[in-house]
Amino acid sequence: MTTEHRYVGGNHPRPDAYDKVTGEAQYVHDMALPGMLHARIRTSPHASARIVSIDVSRAAALPGVYVVLTGAELDHQLGLYMADKRILARSVVRYQGDPVVAVAAQTEAIAAHACDLVQVEYEPLVPVLDPEAAISEGAPLVHPDLHTYSHMKGVFFPVPHSNIAHHQKIRKGDVERGFAESDCVFDNSFDNPPVQHVPLETHAVIARALTRGRMDVITSAQSPFTVRNILAHTFGVPHNNVRVRIPCVGGGFGGKAGIHLEPLAYMLSSRAGGRPVKIVATREEEFNTLPSRQGLKTRIKTGVTREGKLVAIKVQYLWDAGAHADYGVNVGRAAATAGAGPYSVPHCHVDSLVVYTNKVFGTAFRGFGHLEVMWGVERNLDIIAHQLRIDPHEMRQRNFLRPGDTTITGEVFTENHGRPDLCLEQVAGAIGYATRPGRGQTPTRVPAGKVRGYGIASLHKAPAMPVFTSCSCVIHFNEDASVRVLISGVDYGQGTYTALAGIAAQELSIPVEKVLVTFDQDTGTQPYDWQTVASRFAFMGGNAVIQAARDCLDQLRQTAAQVLHSPVDDLVCDNETIYVRHNPHQRLSYRQLALGYTFDDGNSIGGPIIGRGRYIAQGLTHLDPQTGQGKAAINWTYGAHGVVLEVDTETGDIEVVHIASSFDAGKVLHAGMCRTQVEGGVMQGLGSSLIEGFKFDEQGRLLNPSFVDYKIPTVKDMPRQMSQFFVETPQLDGPHGARGIGEHPMIAVPSAIGNALFDALGIQFHQLPLTPERVYLTIKKHRTDK
Amino acid sequence: MSRELPIQLTVNGTPWEGTVPADLTLLRFLRERLALTGAKEGCGIGECGACTVIVNGRPINTCLMLAVEADGAVLQTVEGEASDGQLSGLQQAFVDHHAVQCGFCTPGMLMSVRALLQRNPSPTEEEIVEAIAGNLCRCTGYSAILSAIRSAGPAREAPDAPGEAPRLAGSVARPGDER
Repeated sequence: MTTEHRYVGGNHPRPDAYDKVTGEAQYVHDMALPGMLHARIRTSPHASARIVSIDVSRAAALPGVYVVLTGAELDHQLGLYMADKRILARSVVRYQGDPVVAVAAQTEAIAAHACDLVQVEYEPLVPVLDPEAAISEGAPLVHPDLHTYSHMKGVFFPVPHSNIAHHQKIRKGDVERGFAESDCVFDNSFDNPPVQHVPLETHAVIARALTRGRMDVITSAQSPFTVRNILAHTFGVPHNNVRVRIPCVGGGFGGKAGIHLEPLAYMLSSRAGGRPVKIVATREEEFNTLPSRQGLKTRIKTGVTREGKLVAIKVQYLWDAGAHADYGVNVGRAAATAGAGPYSVPHCHVDSLVVYTNKVFGTAFRGFGHLEVMWGVERNLDIIAHQLRIDPHEMRQRNFLRPGDTTITGEVFTENHGRPDLCLEQVAGAIGYATRPGRGQTPTRVPAGKVRGYGIASLHKAPAMPVFTSCSCVIHFNEDASVRVLISGVDYGQGTYTALAGIAAQELSIPVEKVLVTFDQDTGTQPYDWQTVASRFAFMGGNAVIQAARDCLDQLRQTAAQVLHSPVDDLVCDNETIYVRHNPHQRLSYRQLALGYTFDDGNSIGGPIIGRGRYIAQGLTHLDPQTGQGKAAINWTYGAHGVVLEVDTETGDIEVVHIASSFDAGKVLHAGMCRTQVEGGVMQGLGSSLIEGFKFDEQGRLLNPSFVDYKIPTVKDMPRQMSQFFVETPQLDGPHGARGIGEHPMIAVPSAIGNALFDALGIQFHQLPLTPERVYLTIKKHRTDK
Repeated sequence: MSRELPIQLTVNGTPWEGTVPADLTLLRFLRERLALTGAKEGCGIGECGACTVIVNGRPINTCLMLAVEADGAVLQTVEGEASDGQLSGLQQAFVDHHAVQCGFCTPGMLMSVRALLQRNPSPTEEEIVEAIAGNLCRCTGYSAILSAIRSAGPAREAPDAPGEAPRLAGSVARPGDER
């Protein structure tokens, strides 16, 4: 066999980079169709209010306006897991930024002007803004009709006549007995604000309503088939009536995982007699109207032995879902299954409540609740380690899941699951954690000047997905024996197509330059995939690509066997040729077979090679509604971060000196893609750690809906050093042993920062983000108190 | 609607002459009139840098400049970066270093760097950082972008180039790091 065409683990260029550096790449933002109208929306200025009246007459009379649409005209109610959302608000508004009126006009400027001319009279209501208040007796209900909403049964459990959209329970062992048997019990609480994804391309869609209930939707979204599915359900049309196309997407991070502006664009087009309608969210709408990451309040009670062994953990996770459940209910479910960290905990009791409030709603965000949960879990562990005078690294090593242990949902941890212990060892080694200055001696008073601190944190996450999650792949051979790989996950920057191209090329034994993973997605032509979320695309898509490639090879062999008069089993596919194993000069090139073989006399056999592959999640079960026990995960990815930082005690400013990150990737499918995913994810995690978070006033109005007031990291915020490490414990059912790592780089970055900050200052921080203001004021308070 | 005013300018070496509405931004002019959609609108208020193009040698947030203000100007956009169908060295460096993920910030980022290299072929690390400090990227975490820029500035290949960062496998570092 040739050693050529080995790409798995390699570093070939990412094919889409060429179009992106020249400006040729087309995003929805860049697109226009003939006769296209532009739409703008008018949103609610109140967090909660009754709509008394809407007068659209002046807007409708404006020259160039085609459609003015209000919620009163739209009966549809939709949602991913819970049908709790209207296309435009009807009778009430549930958050500041809730879309109330939409206008489609000849130009965006006319549409915006028309929106301003609409007269909306509101009767403001008292909003419920805090999730704790929202679950208290007599709280105003965000959705009084919750008990009537259709939702995914058996998976989500809304509590009727309350603000609880989902209550996820995990019960393992006997937590009260666990506390009784513990030497020490600790109570801690933690807080995460809502955070925005901030893709550089805001949400954008062009929709065209066609006759006979058909529609063509071009959208900046992560999951073409989910958009199609929900459009078909919402408008009651067959799936074949809905065509969803997705060109280049300018970042997603979970914010484009579901369905957002597509139904509105379709309705506007429908009212405009089928003229295409484009909606591009303004940056302010991206913050204020489109979803964010949920806020989280964590209360965690922990029982441990004197040696630091975890005995019992009882947690309440209170998710601030905002006005709609969207992915939030599933975040509350999935993060709960990881809710005690990658540790063996004999007795565990988790209540994860996803709570409606009158704020902009939450959705999936890279890490799917795990950054938030790990902020509590990993800070909590360091606080306890400090109290017990045990080194935080040692404390974690004593508690990591080991083969034979069971997770809190009853899954048996095996040696193939991965190595959280090794990941932590690597990052601790990289930052010199064991030899850090003043190791274990926490400052008794807050030091002055610039102070250095060292922190570590572990993490884990599994893909959150329905038990039947699947995907498929088709590989077509071209005339020149190059191939087109059709697969429907979306590569919105994470580089999956590059990794999949390598897998296909290696499996087929052809140059990677001969593999085209089709970039533009189209439900009209591409094979099915569930969604591009959860770090499951490389895993499931990789398996589907391998199967499709092997199907191609089988077809090549079938035809070659007839030409070469050889048993199929004796044929070897290698370096774009097929030969008889024991007689290598008896050979055919792929090219001779790609579209069928033609004998000298003209007779032809075979036909175009088309391989099919598919993959469906293996062995998942529904979780028991009362105990949360079951198989929730196809795989777990473990990891860790180690941080060295310097905090200026006079300004509260934190500079990250070094952040080392390690993940058990199973197999690094592509060196460059894995490394750059980690670099980008770590920086996004630093944003959540240090600067990002929504601020609301007491009326529930978002105070920082722009880049002026909501900063994301710039190049100047880079750590002085970032290093990346990978452990490779093969995932037995993963492609080449790989498991996902797209989200994980972001998780537990805040935890490591918080732990390093304690190491530096001797102050325990419980709330994110760790802005200079928060850090400085906390230091000041400690100094005054002492 | 807004009054039309005559302008003439040169974009990527090609002259253009015509009238534009007085309130049309340069970004919209490039995207909608000239179909040069490489420059993107990420925020519309000059905070993200996705709309950066080079105007008379300076990197400009074109969402904040009116087309009429560019009367008589010489413009370079990302579409002028490649020549004869071949990527520029800078573009190739972005490809080689995986400095592109979603790609939405990339054209603006490239224009900021190109403007820097035009006025200073041997920028220091600090000058590079300053040049792209106004270009937000949410995907890459900037380190691959910095690697690409370092490798693209030809003068930077001199062994004692100021601010040359140590190269470690799987690691990026900036000066000031104490290892």
